[in-house]
This record gives sequence, structure tokens and C-alpha cells, in this order.
Amino acid sequence: MKVWRYGDNINTDMLFPGKYTYTCSTPEEINPHILEDLDPSFAKEVSEGDIILAGKNFGCGSSREQPVVGLKAVGVRAVIAESFARIFYRSAINQGLILIECPRAVRAYSEGDTVELNMEKGEIAVAEKLFSFPKLPPEILAIRDAGGLVAYTRAKLRKKKGKKGG
Amino acid sequence: MGKTFAEKILAERAGLKEVVPGEIVMVRPDHLLSHDNTAPIIAKIEDELDEYGIVDKDFPVIVLDHVVPAVDEKTASNHKKIREFVKKHGIKNFFDVGAGICHQVLFEKGFALPGTLILGSDSHTCSQGALGAFASGIDRTEAASLLLTGETWLKVPQSIKITLRGEIVPPVSSKDVILHIIGDIGAAGANYCAVEYHGDLEQLSVSDRFTIANMGVEMGAKISVFPIDDVALKFLGRLGVKDPSYKEVWSDPDANYSRKLTYDLTGIAPVVARPHSVDNVCPVTELDGLKIDQCFIGTCTNGRLEDLLVAAEILKGKSVASDVRLLVLPASKEVFEAALRENIIYTLSNAGAVILPPGCGPCLGAHQGVLAPSERCLSTANRNFKGRMGCREAEIYLASPATVAASAIYGKITDPREVIEK
Repeated sequence: MKVWRYGDNINTDMLFPGKYTYTCSTPEEINPHILEDLDPSFAKEVSEGDIILAGKNFGCGSSREQPVVGLKAVGVRAVIAESFARIFYRSAINQGLILIECPRAVRAYSEGDTVELNMEKGEIAVAEKLFSFPKLPPEILAIRDAGGLVAYTRAKLRKKKGKKGG
Repeated sequence: MGKTFAEKILAERAGLKEVVPGEIVMVRPDHLLSHDNTAPIIAKIEDELDEYGIVDKDFPVIVLDHVVPAVDEKTASNHKKIREFVKKHGIKNFFDVGAGICHQVLFEKGFALPGTLILGSDSHTCSQGALGAFASGIDRTEAASLLLTGETWLKVPQSIKITLRGEIVPPVSSKDVILHIIGDIGAAGANYCAVEYHGDLEQLSVSDRFTIANMGVEMGAKISVFPIDDVALKFLGRLGVKDPSYKEVWSDPDANYSRKLTYDLTGIAPVVARPHSVDNVCPVTELDGLKIDQCFIGTCTNGRLEDLLVAAEILKGKSVASDVRLLVLPASKEVFEAALRENIIYTLSNAGAVILPPGCGPCLGAHQGVLAPSERCLSTANRNFKGRMGCREAEIYLASPATVAASAIYGKITDPREVIEK
């Protein structure tokens, strides 16, 4: 498991260049370009279970969702940042990507430290120092836990139709 | 305790007596805005669309604007899929290639009225706060879900009150005002918040307000909103919109804000946002003489008639420097035609501008006006992120239409006050 450390105001153009937004939509199309203008080594070296640690306002800029789709598809376990931009945050819920706002954990990290995540307890261990983070409200967890918003909406529509006697 | 704009409108929409910041409410927006990204949106829910259809034929507003006319087979196929979808589901509000930029079209056609709730799969949806709408950006997946259900959740935001005092002295403009504010509070300065504008607003046209509201997202805001005053009412009258087809909503004087800021407009000079973040703002005088390769006047931020007029007044009888390209892109067909009637297009073309068809054009780097490595562009757009105009090694500087037009004459960054005085 690798920890990728980035700074403040990482925008969606750095996470996924705008020039590809109308030609790449599927994970297969997105993955080779993920983080291309921020860190060209990322797409080649990232592996399942990796964690991203970032500064303030991660994901600011455009509403494009390829950064979220791509980070989820390449297996990023979670992005832990000091703060997130709001459209990116919503988008992550919709794709089932885990984002954790925990400025103290980010600031405690030095290169080479281990980062472990316990979602059950709501805790991050950075070089064995523990930091807790609040759980999401139940309405939001329901979307993320359903596997994202499309799956959630699909289930909701089926249930509604079932009730009507279908 | 009084209520903010956001608290009032979300309480009403959620059918609740009152709401507080942090609360999550279920709402049904009046319209859902999408553009070229409608193709990937519908691709996510093909089976569901066949089975359940869309929630309401009047609900979506679809405007093709991002890569228009199509640049290759893939974008052409996307446009084709969208046209077929529109036809199949009888969608009423569809604007094809050439109508203009989605935010401008939504605004001109009277979809985003005072007190309406608009969500759009584009981050600059917040522009519609210029006319008192609660308007915010969402992603494609959420747009897909909304097409099927018409419903989503919103968290009630904290609000920031920004009071503008004093008089803007041209050629300083609303673009300088908003760049100055973002430079002051930072790219995350209004994260998750509703930004309300108060103070000496009567000097700001609805187009000025649009420029300011448009850039709300560049400081992280969820919405950016202006009150409905005589200036707005006159504009609505010209659109042919009359009471009671909309409902004015505004904050109470004793509403609770997370932050209150006041700016003296009299003291604001022309400014520029340097690469590669919108809050990297400095006075234009600090960059005086910096060589540029391309100038760009247009986008949802500054592609309206007033913006083109300011540029034409500066460029009239002058020529764009031989070593710089000036690209001009009217924000909509309506703007284009008005600029044709008023001879603005001729003036700009005669000075050496290249006129592009209404749409997003060079702003997002997908086609038209892409930069080469080490080139510098001075633009009226809203973003100067690395790679934004299609090239990671290029630099983008953001400024007002007056500053861009003045700079085009010399091929280097120029204070518009100098050109006007001459």
C-alpha cells in the first residue's frame, strides 16, 4: 500500500485534463490519464488499496466526474484531505469513493509514515498516532453503501414500482 | 433570529418551517441543466430511461455548447445521441449547436428566475444567482439520477455576507471586483457556503452580477446570489417576465452569517490572476509589459454584449499587435446578433480579432485556440489552471475584457487605464 502526498488546491484539471472530458467517460478510457497533469507517475504506479493524502480544497474546479470515477477504478482506498471542494465531495458520494476530511491526520504525516484506516471505528492511524473523523449522516451513507447513486436510485425506483403493484 | 437566502429557499423547497446550516433536506429543483455531457449522463441509465422515462419533459434544459460544432467523430456522435434522446423523450428545452453557452442561454431564456432552484452538471451553474436563483453545480451521476426522479438532497449551507461599498470607476469592472475578492479570501475561502452580495449594487448591471456570481465556484461557493432590485426588475421586464411568475426571496437583516466582509470598490484597480490558480491575483501594473501570445474575450464569465462593447471601444480604429492572436467568442447567438447590429463585431474583426461561433470555445482546451508549450494567454475566462487550455506547459492569465483588449493592441499585458487615457 502506497501513500501519495499532494498539496493544496489540487483542481480537477490536474486530476483529469479538460481536453479529454468529452472523449473519455469509462474507467478504461479515464485510467491512463488520471492525475496526468499533477503526477504523471501516478497512473503507472498506483495499485489497489493506495491512499491519497492532500491539503486544502482537494478537487476544486470543474464538475467533471472523471477524477472520482478514475480514482475509484484504479483502486484508491480513500482520499484523506484537509478539506474538499463541494462538487467533488458530492461526486465521491455518488461514485462510492471514500473521502475523509481530517486536517490533523494530514498535517501529522511525514514521508515514509504508515497510514492505516479503520472505517468501522472512524479512525486513521498515521505512524501509529490515532486521529478520529466523524461519520457521514445516514442519508449520505445509504447512497455510498448502495455502491453509488445510480445503484441507489435504481433500487428506489424498483421499490416504488413494486409498491404500486407493478 | 432572521434567516439567510439559502435557509429560506431550502426550507420552502423542503416543505419545512425552518432549516439550519448543516441540515440535509430533500428538494425538487425547477430545472436540471446539462450540456454536451448529457451523452455520458444518459449512458449511465439507459435501461432505467427505457423502463421509467424521464421525470418531466419540461425539467431538463439541454444546451450543446462545450465542443461545438463537433471537432471529431466522437463528439459528433455524442451530439447525435443527445438529439435522439431529446426527440425520443419529447424534451421541451433543447438548444442545439450555436445557441450559446448553457449558462447564458438559461439566463436569456428566462429559466432561472428569482427564487427558483436550479441544479446543473456544470460547476458554473452558480451564475444564475445573478437573478436571485439558488443555482449550484453537481456531477453527471447526480444529473442522471435527477433525470429519473427529479429529486435530490442538499445540505443547508452556512452563508457569507459580502457588502460592496463605493463606486467602480471604469475601466475597472465587475471582473476586477470578483478577482480582487477571490484574491483576498482564497480559492477555498467560501467552500460549501452560500455567498450573498449586499451594498451599493445598483451600479452593477445584471451582466456584471452574472460575472461575479459565475466566479463564485472559484472560491468554493455552493451558490452566489444577488437580491432583486430595480436593475434586476428592469432586466426581467425586458425578458418579458412579469410578476407573479417568480418569487423574490432575500435574507433578513438579522440573519446569521459565518462571515461578513466589506469591500471598498473605489479602491479597486484593474487586476490579473496569474497562473495557475484563480486566487493568485495582483494589480495589472505588476505585470505591465509581460509578453503574451494569445488574447481571448468570451466565455460565460465575460462574453456578453457589454463585454464585447468595452473591447470594441478600446480597439476601435486600432490594430491587434502582429505577434498576438485575439479570439472573440460571443456567449450566445443573441449576444452575437446584438453585437452584429451594433457594429461591434465589425469593429473587433477590423482590428484583427478572430470571431468564433457562440459556445465555450477555447476555455476548456478541448478545441479552438489551444495553446502551445511556453505560450501565454490573457483571457476573460474564469479558470487559469495548469493545462486548462489544452497544454500543460502554457500559462493562462485572467483579466477583464478592457484589460485583455488593451493588451491585445501591444501584445503584452497593459493597464487599460493607459490606453483609454491615450
